[in-house]
Amino acid sequence: MNPMTPTAPSAQGAHPGGNGAPLLSAAGLHKTYGATPALAGADFEIRGGEIVAVMGPSGSGKSTLLHCLAGIVSPDAGTVHYQGLELSALSDARRSALRRSDFGFVFQFGQLVPELTCLENVALPLRLAGTRRKDAEARAAEWLERLEVADIATKRPGEVSGGQGQRAAIARALAPRPRVVFADEPTGALDSLNGERAMQLLTAAARDTGAAVVLVTHEVRVAAYSDREVVVRDGRATTPAAAL
Amino acid sequence: MTIGHTLLGLLESGPRHGYDLKRAFDERFGHDRPLHYGQVYATMARLLKNGMVEVEGIEAGEGPDRKRYAITDAGITDVEQWLAQPEKPEPYLQSALYTKVVVALLTGRSAQHILDTQRSEHLRLMRELTRRKAGGDLSDQLICDHALFHLEADMRWLELTAARIDQLAEELTR
Repeated sequence: MNPMTPTAPSAQGAHPGGNGAPLLSAAGLHKTYGATPALAGADFEIRGGEIVAVMGPSGSGKSTLLHCLAGIVSPDAGTVHYQGLELSALSDARRSALRRSDFGFVFQFGQLVPELTCLENVALPLRLAGTRRKDAEARAAEWLERLEVADIATKRPGEVSGGQGQRAAIARALAPRPRVVFADEPTGALDSLNGERAMQLLTAAARDTGAAVVLVTHEVRVAAYSDREVVVRDGRATTPAAAL
Repeated sequence: MTIGHTLLGLLESGPRHGYDLKRAFDERFGHDRPLHYGQVYATMARLLKNGMVEVEGIEAGEGPDRKRYAITDAGITDVEQWLAQPEKPEPYLQSALYTKVVVALLTGRSAQHILDTQRSEHLRLMRELTRRKAGGDLSDQLICDHALFHLEADMRWLELTAARIDQLAEELTR
């Protein structure tokens, strides 16, 4: 199957949930920004349906690892494989198409388009994938409902609270039924209660749809929603023995 | 049983008398609660009986015990197992962990590994509590939150210690 083609809904429930070959893996990643090494030989793998927390001190290379895994940043050395495909061997256009069809993103700030309503924001990736407006907005409305923010559908991001906006962002990431969700400090801008609820809804939705989640966080209470953790220290990623 | 393992750990760097062990223990770990001589001799007698230490020599002189103890291979294995076993996560476990970190550094083992193992054990319990919260009523949620916040404080200590491990190693070797 061409991974750039959006997967059929029937295939989505068949994610192997932690068994079989890794869905996404990286080996020996190196990345340097100027004179600062961000990654120095990082390895990583995640299986379908798995939720993996990427933890580590500030500046350890967590976000750079996520960006390399998602094909947003190209590593200086090392490889990233998604379903057997090496990301760096793909053209920019193919990588972009893959990100749209198979990956979802939740960041800490500023991911919603301010000029669009929340419903239009959630529908946007579906529209970009070629779904008709009516169908895309119907699915978007279902996702807002599922994230318990149906009432913000007609509001613009500037008119809703941080917690509501983040739930809309989670809905937008999950609506196209991605195979991997990349979440970079998804609760970083939220208070405890909103952060907890956002994590409950994000992980429940990911488990229902069979999506794997790469969860970058420095908060241990957020990491507790994962199946296992990987610790990044000085640009290297290690899986603690007790978590194996 | 921390005192016995700690004394064994201190013996790894070389044979010592009971009074010397007490002094080394108090200097490293006994600021608030120094060991009684009786505790040291009772512990050493038990370790001797269990084959964890052996008497390398007895010196003539004053005092109740002039035995010079050396750690056995079984004793080294016992220290190894104690260091590898994460502490049961509960509030205020830092002193036990601190002791393990220091013994690891003193004996040339990986203190970072101990902290990583403990982090995993804490996260394992935090995952359990998080799952219990998701299926529980408000009482369950509040009870779990209380435990989660305490465990989170332990985790901050683990992070902070991990960040200062080189500095601590340097201080211990001064």
